[in-house]
Amino acid sequence: MAVILDLAVQGTQMLVVLLLAPLLTGLVRKVKARLLRRRGPPLIQPYRDLLRLMRKEVVLADNASWLFRVIPYVVFAATWVAAALVPTFGSGLLFSWSADLIAIIALLGSARFFLALAGLDVGTSFGGIGSSREVMIASLAEPAMLMAVFTLALIAGSTQLTTVAAFMASNEVGLRVSLGLALFALIMVALAENARIPVDNPATHLELTMVHEAMVLEYSGRHLALIDLSSELKLLLYISLIGCVFLPWGMAPTGAGVLALTIGFIGYLAKLAVGAFLLAVFETAIAKMRVFRVPEFLGAALMLGLLATLFLFVSRSL
Amino acid sequence: MRGLSFDVAHLLAGGLVFVSFMQLYQDRLSALLNTFALHAMVLTLSVAWQAYVQDAPHLYVTALIALVFKAIVIPVALHRIIVRLGIHRQIDKVVGVGVTMLLGMGLVALSMVVMLRVTADADPLAREDLAFALAVVLLGLLMMVTRRNAVSQVVGFMSIENGLVLAATGAKGMPLVVEISIAFSILIAFIVIGIFLFRIRERFDTVDIQALDRFRGEQS
Repeated sequence: MAVILDLAVQGTQMLVVLLLAPLLTGLVRKVKARLLRRRGPPLIQPYRDLLRLMRKEVVLADNASWLFRVIPYVVFAATWVAAALVPTFGSGLLFSWSADLIAIIALLGSARFFLALAGLDVGTSFGGIGSSREVMIASLAEPAMLMAVFTLALIAGSTQLTTVAAFMASNEVGLRVSLGLALFALIMVALAENARIPVDNPATHLELTMVHEAMVLEYSGRHLALIDLSSELKLLLYISLIGCVFLPWGMAPTGAGVLALTIGFIGYLAKLAVGAFLLAVFETAIAKMRVFRVPEFLGAALMLGLLATLFLFVSRSL
Repeated sequence: MRGLSFDVAHLLAGGLVFVSFMQLYQDRLSALLNTFALHAMVLTLSVAWQAYVQDAPHLYVTALIALVFKAIVIPVALHRIIVRLGIHRQIDKVVGVGVTMLLGMGLVALSMVVMLRVTADADPLAREDLAFALAVVLLGLLMMVTRRNAVSQVVGFMSIENGLVLAATGAKGMPLVVEISIAFSILIAFIVIGIFLFRIRERFDTVDIQALDRFRGEQS
């Protein structure tokens, strides 16, 4: 019985993340548009885009290899699995034993690796620029992310997300400066990884400084739909991850009933809405950085992670 | 020992080290001065919390001095100075931010290793305050080494003094007379430095410290 319930929760979670991801992106775009006193596209516009792209034919470059055609599916699968592992409304997932922070980072890292290969595959200069910049950002963002994760793991005693969330929801956490620093580091990494504004502009591909959009410029039709959907999933994943680790309140514990799961679900929706709103406000308030300043930005994130670990070391050794 | 009082003290002292890093990250002068004011605010909170925990009323006076002089008077005066010198938009950098941050991390690690070893049998609150205070002092020195502009050097100097106050409050506070005299000597030092800034500018048309090196005939 318990296995069936876990399976049901896991299945619901996989569907929920997939269905909510475009809505989240739509919400961010809507809030941004309203803040700029524009009307903005309707909330369901990302769904319409995806459906339309699904129905369009794929235009492939003459020299595109089989890798170019496979990669959208690989990227989408890896991102979806990673998003399905993060506990969102309830922690009693069937695969929660494998919901390890390092495994999630590895899944996202391999998705990014394949996407960078796709950018290089056709051999256009734009894709090459995008790939090289993406890899540069990733090589700086991943150490920072790992430092933040190590801090969390040292505090909670585990890298497993369910355990971390349960520990954070309990009363033994106390007031810790390390957690605050890790939160900041994680937010900075999330901004960089999702190609949000201080690092990259998600709204256009008509800019010379673009990173993510340059890499996927050659894709069309259903391939583009899958890649867009996976970047929307990735944004959802990071917001859920931050929500799960730093604001785990309201999440249904393992083996909880339907009522607790419903409460957890409503709480999760609220967390997503707040995250999207804050992201939109932040993106409206700040200007995009030059590409050469990105290492400084991510270096600061890495520094925050290191500092968090050092502070933890001090408070432990007393 | 793992109570709320320790956690809050840890939070505030750690926050002070963190704001020191923010100072290292800022390369625009007016942003740097705002960060310095924040530094002094965090110091004020930290000292006030120590006063509350240790039940030492004279530390409230220290906190008040930090608030009035270092968080309000000196930043406002420095703002007016840089506006009058016309350098409030200037970017000041010698070494890249990344290198400075890495050096800073090394210094923080060093001060923790040293202080936690040296003060093995002291009160945990004092130990932790001393470790963080040494880190703040070293970061202030690092700031003075890596900046060229005289105003940033003044800020580095003032944040060293903030670190000293943190150390003193952790160690059951210093006598009030010493505290007040230090505060006033800092103020006088600030006035002297302010006059010097204008003198340097008058003579060399810049507040870049490298101009002094060139004047002395040193290779820069």
